Amino acid sequence: MTQWPCPLPGGGTVEEWVLTLRPEGAAKACLLIVPALFDEGNKLRRFTVEVMRRLAASGIACVLPDLPGFNESILPLEAQTPGDWQVAMEGAARHFTASHMLTIRGGALAAPRGVPGWYYAPVAGASQLRQMLRARILAAREAGRSETQDSLLEAGRVHGLELAGYRLGADFIAEFGGLVAREDPAVQTITQDGLGGPGLWLRPEPGEDAGQADALAAIIAVALAQKETA
Amino acid sequence: MQDDTDQLLRAILRDVLGLKPGQAEAFTAQTGLFGHLPELDSMAVAGLLTEIEDRLGIIVEDEDVDGDMLADYGSLLNFVTERRSAT
Repeated sequence: MTQWPCPLPGGGTVEEWVLTLRPEGAAKACLLIVPALFDEGNKLRRFTVEVMRRLAASGIACVLPDLPGFNESILPLEAQTPGDWQVAMEGAARHFTASHMLTIRGGALAAPRGVPGWYYAPVAGASQLRQMLRARILAAREAGRSETQDSLLEAGRVHGLELAGYRLGADFIAEFGGLVAREDPAVQTITQDGLGGPGLWLRPEPGEDAGQADALAAIIAVALAQKETA
Repeated sequence: MQDDTDQLLRAILRDVLGLKPGQAEAFTAQTGLFGHLPELDSMAVAGLLTEIEDRLGIIVEDEDVDGDMLADYGSLLNFVTERRSAT
């Protein structure tokens, strides 16, 4: 883990952490990995790093920065918006001179513009938000309180909202539900079907699956090798 | 339709709860779910409902979700089967 100067939306930078895996010898390519969001980020961290190890072993440098507000970031999550994440990831793409990117699940919503690559199992903001709202409503009901998605969202757009243990700001709530992965002819979608098993984000606890990590790394390594010889 | 729904629902439970091979297949109508499986907290229930919606092509309203619906495998299968036949 090292630090890098992550650009802030209003100008200036803040030191954020990044996990970098470089191959021995010259790298064939540098892949920026945009991690999954919220609880899925925790559940998929091991899997993400397993994929990075395999790619580094096949000569591809990989960088996995924290999204501002998550993991080791010192910035408050409540102050972040999806647009801020995109600014951060575009800064990372420049700083590490990424030739390609791989986004994991909701990370697709923070994908840097103008970088070719892949969305792995992208998920819409509306879908992630709905699931977190539902978890909150169910937990409230167990505690004897009645909440609805509409009333929570309405209040959240004004005051922010705590969902699944994450404190989200009003601007975030207002923007996130409308986001989908940007259509870009230079970015391909890798669906879960191609990995030979259910997505690890479904599991109740963080897990790993060597077969799925092999499959995802192979898709990317083969595509990069083809580009190199093309 | 019934057989298909049963199979799909067991597969969803296996994936979402991280069950061992064969465990979901051994569920009977009386196998307790919510309150019986420690993995099934409110976040896991939310994930389970999202997968049910995606894979079975139904919409589950928040009002539909209560202790009765999730009490055991039989009650969840009944609910899902009814919704599928209504769409």
